[in-house]
Amino acid sequence: MKSHLKGLVLAGLTSSAALFASAASAVEIEYWQYFFDARVDAMETLIANFEAANPDITVTMTHFPYADYRTKVAAAIPAGEGPDVVQLFYGWLNDYVEAELIQPLPADTFPAAQIDAEFFPMVQAMKDGDAYWALPTAVRSLALFYNERLLEEAGLDGPPETLDEMMAAAAAMTKTDAAGNITQVGITAGMTAQDHHWWREGLVRQNGGEPYVDDYRTVNYDSDAGVAALEFYTNMFLGDPPVTAIGFMDEPQAAFKAGRAGMHIDGSFRIGSLADQRGLNWGVTELPANSDGMRSNYSSYWVNAITTKAEGERYEASVKFMEYITSDEAMQIWLDVVGELPAKPSVGLTEENANDDTFGPFIRGLAYANTTKFANESGQRQLMVEMVERIQLEGMAPAESLAIAAEAEQQLLDEYYAE
Amino acid sequence: MYRNLTIRQKQIVWAWAFLALPVLFYTVIRFYPTGNAILISFQNWNLLGSRTWAGLENYQKLWNDPVFWKVFKNTFVYLLLGTPISLVLSFVIAYHLDKLRFMHGFLRMLYFLPFMTSAVAMAWVWRWFYQDVPIGLFNNILAGFGIPQIAFLQSTTNALPAVLAPAVWAGLGFQVIIFMAGLRAIPTSYYEAAKIDGVGWFTVLTQITLPLLRPTIVFIVVFSSIGFLRIFDHVFNMTTNNPGGPLNATKPLVLMIYDTAFNGFDMGYAAAQTVVLFTILLVVSLIQLRLLRSN
Repeated sequence: MKSHLKGLVLAGLTSSAALFASAASAVEIEYWQYFFDARVDAMETLIANFEAANPDITVTMTHFPYADYRTKVAAAIPAGEGPDVVQLFYGWLNDYVEAELIQPLPADTFPAAQIDAEFFPMVQAMKDGDAYWALPTAVRSLALFYNERLLEEAGLDGPPETLDEMMAAAAAMTKTDAAGNITQVGITAGMTAQDHHWWREGLVRQNGGEPYVDDYRTVNYDSDAGVAALEFYTNMFLGDPPVTAIGFMDEPQAAFKAGRAGMHIDGSFRIGSLADQRGLNWGVTELPANSDGMRSNYSSYWVNAITTKAEGERYEASVKFMEYITSDEAMQIWLDVVGELPAKPSVGLTEENANDDTFGPFIRGLAYANTTKFANESGQRQLMVEMVERIQLEGMAPAESLAIAAEAEQQLLDEYYAE
Repeated sequence: MYRNLTIRQKQIVWAWAFLALPVLFYTVIRFYPTGNAILISFQNWNLLGSRTWAGLENYQKLWNDPVFWKVFKNTFVYLLLGTPISLVLSFVIAYHLDKLRFMHGFLRMLYFLPFMTSAVAMAWVWRWFYQDVPIGLFNNILAGFGIPQIAFLQSTTNALPAVLAPAVWAGLGFQVIIFMAGLRAIPTSYYEAAKIDGVGWFTVLTQITLPLLRPTIVFIVVFSSIGFLRIFDHVFNMTTNNPGGPLNATKPLVLMIYDTAFNGFDMGYAAAQTVVLFTILLVVSLIQLRLLRSN
């Protein structure tokens, strides 16, 4: 019995010694992102590649549900517990910088001039003087998904190129039952999904307006262009006959996925989940142009940054990791796995990617995309949702509802920037 | 030192030794956060940066916020509709179930089942029931009879009752069980005496059953009032795309707090709302306890 115990203790000691030995020679850094299946898969591939190239560095990935993400990061980093490299939404950067949760990228490894030249220009929002605070692996834009079977059934030869064609195609694909209830929509609608981006950066600009001025600190859509854009949008479900219904099949993407919607505007991140949908024959095209042939799109991105927790050899390792996940190779992997677009034109605009049937429309959309600088994305989206609801449910005139939304959003922006 | 204490004092020392654990537990996870929330309500904090003093700013903002008053009203509509409806329903069910022998256990199980179901799962199933054609159960039935569909959740007037219905249903099982326990606890001798005197069922109900059920009713009213004042999961899950919508028609106070805190990251403002909710819960509970206290 006694010798057994001795053996056990000895075994325990040697194994823990072995553990410590391996830990001492390797640097372990932690990477945090929010949970989205494809993003986690892509990051696992990137980490495996990085570790193969840098055997002395171990990267541990932790992910959280989107809803808890910011809270956890905020609580962990000051406590010295959190990630060394963290992923965050571009709109949150100011808050993280001010709270001293992240540190600037070293200018010698990430020279600003080189990044300015190599990345899509929207990334420059992450620049402060000569240094970048953070860099994306991938960017997103919007495009028009269409159901090929429904298009064919309605006798249309191809997806619409202009807004007028889009409305005509939507009308042709809408179906109603005997009681007049819509059973299939021509196009999905709902400000709760991506439509608020399409409205702000797409429709308002296509109607000759500019949604915001003063670096997105002043609301400017309460104009004729804004009213025209809003009327175009509400006409989709309030027109006669309507070509869509708000809340149809609960969520726009669900209706499209179920094959009950002819067209659907969504981001490049939707590609992954549509690709697995059996029996759904879909295609994707650029957002429709206005009658002058002008197109406008919205782009956004998530960035990676090094936190203030990373010091010494963990910092060195983090810089190396950042270098890899913003490399051309990483961007191509991210595109292939997640469907999000490379942040560098040199990768994104390769002949192969830009002409890809699926990614091409999104990548071409980046050329005419604008990035809204949100103070509180969900709050600002909510105002768009309510703007439409006042018209739809309370019969308010579009111009009046638009003015209310503009005033409320201005107040929200003023409060945010006053701090 | 301990040896010099009297037996009485020793007993007190031991009592406190055992009580120390729950007292510590409550201090750390109840009293400290409560105090901290009250403190934060006088500050500005976005979760990331440092806290700065704001004085009464958050409360002033709350007072002038039309959304807050809308939400305040909604919260009381949930309470004033939910509590009496569930009280009456659960009493009627318990009263009749108590008299029933045939399949008694099975029926009781059926009523109790929703209480054991996850609120999230239930809310999503009801959300599906309420959809428009072609997927919604209720509207598909209506459309089958050629009746125009009803906008359940996509309506500023119908949405709140539509969200409340499953919440009432979910809590019913628990209240039925409590009522039945209360009914069983009434001594049968009273009923026998009433029978001998030849009293009608209505008099028995109003003169014997209800007065003797008073403690049970107090418990259920307080319990379900607090539940309806804190309603969140049903609303949130049935309106996730537009939480508390449309146009804040279903938004209760707890959802507004959640939204302010974890979407707006305005912790000070959220804490101020929490303090208001805390006060409401306290006042409502005290009033109810006083009103329903047995004479």
